[in-house]
Amino acid sequence: MSIPLVLVLTGYGINCEEETAFAFERCGARARVMHVNDLIAAPRRLAEYQVLVFPGGFSYGDDTGSGNALANKLGHALGGELQAFVAADRLVLGICNGFQVLVNLGLLPGFAVRADGNPGARAGARLVALIPNARPRYECRWVRVAPAAECPCVFLRGMEPFAVPVAHGEGRFYAPPEVHARLAAERGIALRYCDAAGVLAGGRFPANPNGSLDDIAGITDSTGRVLGLMPHPERALLASHTPDWPRCRALSPGRWDDPGPGRQLFVNAVTYFTGG
Amino acid sequence: MPHRLEIFYRDSGLDTRGGALAGRLGCLGAAAGLEAVYLSEVYTLEADYARAELEAVAALLANPVVHDCLIDEPRRLPVFAWAVEVGFLPGVTDNVAHTAAETIADAWNRPATPEGGVYSSRVYYLAGRLDETAARTLAGQLANPLIQRITVLSAAAYAAAGGLPTVIPRVRLDAGPMVTGVDLELSPAELAALGREGVLDHLDDAGRPVRRGPLALELDCLRAIAAYFREIEGRNPTDVELESIAQTWSEHCKHTIFAAAIGDVADGLYHRYIKGATREIRRRRGAGDICVSVFVDNAGAIVFDDDYLITDKVETHNSPSALDPFGGAITGIVGVNRDAMGFGLGAKPVLNRYGFCFADPRDDEPLFRSPGRENRTLSPRQIMDGVIEGVRVGGNCSGIPTTQGFMYFHPRFKGKPLVFVGTLGFIPRETAGRPSHEKAAMPGDLVVMTGGRVGLDGIHGATFSSEALTAGSPATAVQIGDPITQKKMSDCLVKEARDRCLYRSITDNGAGGLSCSVAEMARECGGCEVELDRVPTKYPGMAPWQIWISESQERMTLAVPPEKWDELRDLLASRGVEATAIGRFTAAGRCRVLWEGRPVMDMELDFLHHGLPARHLLIREPAAAPPPVELDPTMPPVDLLPALLGRLNLASQAFVSTQYDYEVQGGTVVKPLAGHNGIDNFATVIRPRLDSARGVAVTQALYPTYTELDPYAMAAATIDTAVRRLLAAGCPLEHIALLDNFCWCSSTDPERLWQLKECARACYDTAVAFGAPFISGKDSMFNDFSGFDADGRPVRISVPPTLLISGLGVVPDVVRVRPPGFQREEDEIFLCGPPAAEELGGAEGFELLKERCLGRGAGTVPRVDSARLLPFYRRMETLLADGRLRSILPLATGGLAAALGLAVMADGCGARVCLTGKVAPGIELLTETMGRFLVSVAPAEAAAVMAEIGSEFAVRLGMVTGDARLAVESAAGDIVADHAVVELLAAYRATFAGY
Repeated sequence: MSIPLVLVLTGYGINCEEETAFAFERCGARARVMHVNDLIAAPRRLAEYQVLVFPGGFSYGDDTGSGNALANKLGHALGGELQAFVAADRLVLGICNGFQVLVNLGLLPGFAVRADGNPGARAGARLVALIPNARPRYECRWVRVAPAAECPCVFLRGMEPFAVPVAHGEGRFYAPPEVHARLAAERGIALRYCDAAGVLAGGRFPANPNGSLDDIAGITDSTGRVLGLMPHPERALLASHTPDWPRCRALSPGRWDDPGPGRQLFVNAVTYFTGG
Repeated sequence: MPHRLEIFYRDSGLDTRGGALAGRLGCLGAAAGLEAVYLSEVYTLEADYARAELEAVAALLANPVVHDCLIDEPRRLPVFAWAVEVGFLPGVTDNVAHTAAETIADAWNRPATPEGGVYSSRVYYLAGRLDETAARTLAGQLANPLIQRITVLSAAAYAAAGGLPTVIPRVRLDAGPMVTGVDLELSPAELAALGREGVLDHLDDAGRPVRRGPLALELDCLRAIAAYFREIEGRNPTDVELESIAQTWSEHCKHTIFAAAIGDVADGLYHRYIKGATREIRRRRGAGDICVSVFVDNAGAIVFDDDYLITDKVETHNSPSALDPFGGAITGIVGVNRDAMGFGLGAKPVLNRYGFCFADPRDDEPLFRSPGRENRTLSPRQIMDGVIEGVRVGGNCSGIPTTQGFMYFHPRFKGKPLVFVGTLGFIPRETAGRPSHEKAAMPGDLVVMTGGRVGLDGIHGATFSSEALTAGSPATAVQIGDPITQKKMSDCLVKEARDRCLYRSITDNGAGGLSCSVAEMARECGGCEVELDRVPTKYPGMAPWQIWISESQERMTLAVPPEKWDELRDLLASRGVEATAIGRFTAAGRCRVLWEGRPVMDMELDFLHHGLPARHLLIREPAAAPPPVELDPTMPPVDLLPALLGRLNLASQAFVSTQYDYEVQGGTVVKPLAGHNGIDNFATVIRPRLDSARGVAVTQALYPTYTELDPYAMAAATIDTAVRRLLAAGCPLEHIALLDNFCWCSSTDPERLWQLKECARACYDTAVAFGAPFISGKDSMFNDFSGFDADGRPVRISVPPTLLISGLGVVPDVVRVRPPGFQREEDEIFLCGPPAAEELGGAEGFELLKERCLGRGAGTVPRVDSARLLPFYRRMETLLADGRLRSILPLATGGLAAALGLAVMADGCGARVCLTGKVAPGIELLTETMGRFLVSVAPAEAAAVMAEIGSEFAVRLGMVTGDARLAVESAAGDIVADHAVVELLAAYRATFAGY
């Protein structure tokens, strides 16, 4: 199979598009940064891409709720195209503000439609929320996250618990009990906050930086091809990204571009198409 | 009829903001009886919608997973005592409402409310046993009356009235006199009043004159203006002309004090010492010169690599932050971002930094701007909280990493805080074959204003910051930034339009607004003609002079070739950014401004820029010599280390740095926090190019407590500290540059001016000695407060004269960076640099001793012998380049004691060290002698490293241990300090634990 084309959206306060595109390119993909309005002006171009990325940022300054205003804009202008993209054998990644957009678009949790209808039968319905951190302030810090066992998520294949930074004011995952139960039952929980030993954070700060329900840091849809997560793997791409970099260099040699803890996530996305 | 949507969490247990707020109010001591706070967000819609439409809007603005939304009905909380609603006053930027309106428009594919606006507000329901006084006191903590309205209703009144009243904060302006000629042939007293209080606008109902706000023009300036108009133009100036000149000539814009002849320095401090240092360094460097663009643009620039330049600029936003800490700080940070965007053809902002000087946040003794307990100033804690938040919102929303910063505390920052904000920019050396740092408007180019619209916000900001804060300080001088509007504009300009060559020149609209930006760019081609009525405004009714000088945020001015205009306008529109052609650049030598076709300003550019009368400032050296140091103990107190590390100026400030996104853009290498335990880093490193190992290191330094004792030594120490921190971060000495920010006080006082001159002289000497050029700077000369205490007694508080040196340097490969903390058991610990001297003057540790009555006097400030240090620094540079050190930490505030504490706390290793005994133990631990580093080295390397540094500059202190204790012995073998690392960490973290 061929090298995947990655579409990284930008505009309206998205601000992680360059490093996110760089992460994909560094791992063998071809990435293109496109303004939301350029995609809205020519929606059919979406079909040219294999991966769609909603990067981190501060779309609309988080006003009216993080991700809400951009999801509203995209849902009205591109709702059909986005549904079609997800339905095809493509990948969708939402990081931080991008995750908030995905849940407000209703693309996540993305439960398979069931005969009984509820919950989540209607595409585009909001079922989960990312609300202000339990310690209600913006937090930028490195945490560790553990991929959930048996999670079907394409992006997390073969990954062990890894270090990665979070940076958000509204990253507290919340789902009503019935949605949470279904999420757990259908293996939609993709990543959980854990401590240095890989033990789940149990809601405790700072391992769980925002008070997320069930330590949930990321969720995936029923196909495993849509991933939303609060941490920023593109900021953990290289060894020189990690906070341990100065200490490690004091003790042993290394190169700035040695692999970092988040790199495998991008490699997995590329490998999904190249078969690597 | 307007409508009111009230949105809140269905399960109030999910909304932790109320609890946090109650906790914070408790810290402020205003919350006795307060049991809980419940929050609601309110959107007031001016248009008359049908019920179905309102429900559709509610579905857009509320999240059905967690929120309930009430439409035109009061919230029925089971328990609350008071409802407090906080909304914006008319005309204050309301970002949330703006987004709400856009969201409705997106959903409906038409403007949200063609008949009116959308307004946001927040309701706090206070539960507990609170009387009205308590409720109003709490309400006062929730809002700033300069920009916000507060409604307070008891639960009973709320129930009786069916909720809170609907308020529409729409701006309504009475069309005042549009253009006025101003007669300057006045008596000296009348002329002085005109300069101080501004142009007469109208008479109030009682017949008293109402003036427009300070011009900050002295008599000599007003006389020069009068003479120009009398002799050259043959008429009186218009109000637009007078306001425009006042902006251009303001201390804020022209730096009149720094430019003036002073004492025996005929060419002025700026020219002689600051630019002079750079000139001399560049001359000596020759082909090795790193400077590309210095002192001529919105920021300074040095070479990064073969392809890119790095730009830097540091601003102050002191006066606005004193009045509205949040608004002042956010406009400060997004304003200095525009200095990067306005450098050359437009640099991309890649790093933010901050420096806050506050009074003790625990100080709750009130101050008033007016007698009789009127016009209370904000408390140090309120200022601190607001400023931290302003930089957080501005920086985080703009997607610029904030990696570097500090808070510094001193009682004399109580009247006016200092708020430093800086931005590094990154720009290709060439754009489409032209050097990116060069730009010039051409005659015939369109004058284009892009970004936000113009409102009454920020009128007289430039002239106001040139004055001391008083009761009359104008509320319109404060404003709130809109970082997302600016982010959209920034992305489009520096990532798209620049590289498509859609404009020829660009500058920022900062102080003085259009009047400064357009007139400044007009110098590039020789004139301009602006049609002021084309400028898009936020609301109707603004007078021409207001439009011309308004400092409304997030605007850039561009010079656009007419053939490129359609393309640029369409590109910006497709990115959601407004742009308007408001005139043309000319070669006529005049600045012409039209209103409805008639000239309201028509004068020579040359006079506007060069007509400011020359000044000669007097200086006088203070007579008194500082008293010598007296110390009681030969040994310091046993709790010296924890007490020192818990002081405001040394304690962990992680609660600030972790609120700032220091990782965005994916290039941060050395973070604001070091080691497993996260101690504050004093220098940080980013890789601005994602594909390169090359880094940029940044740092800051200041020693305000040194100034009164020895301003020359203060400046030398500050520069030494900045240079040394960059060196330790991995920068070669050849690739370091500096920025200066002078924040002085009472700058008409000859003794203050003598201090200023001494400080500037040291800047020259030290920068030249180290070969570190100044590339940009800014000064703020009147950081004074005049007001009253609670008993009505007059109070004057002036900041300690402060020099902030911000440094930047290039790290050739980030593999060089080393941690500040000790790393491995048995590593050897060296103190490198000149031996400790008895230099306790202004030292943080000496302040501690004085507070404990263990010391008296003033003492000597550390001196810097740069000629002696330079060869030693070069040896340190080589050791770092070769990766020979395990850790390195430059000594600064708190001296060796603080450095040892930080080095063990960072990663939790212990250390056993023995003092040299050259001076008494207390002095050796606390003196802030310059030029020193605390390093650790692997045992196998220790002898060789020691030999390379040379015994004159290196002394072995001891060894890293595995017992997680710091033990310090005197040369005589006495235990001076012995602490578990966890004990030190607890003290280090306790000070700001509740913040």
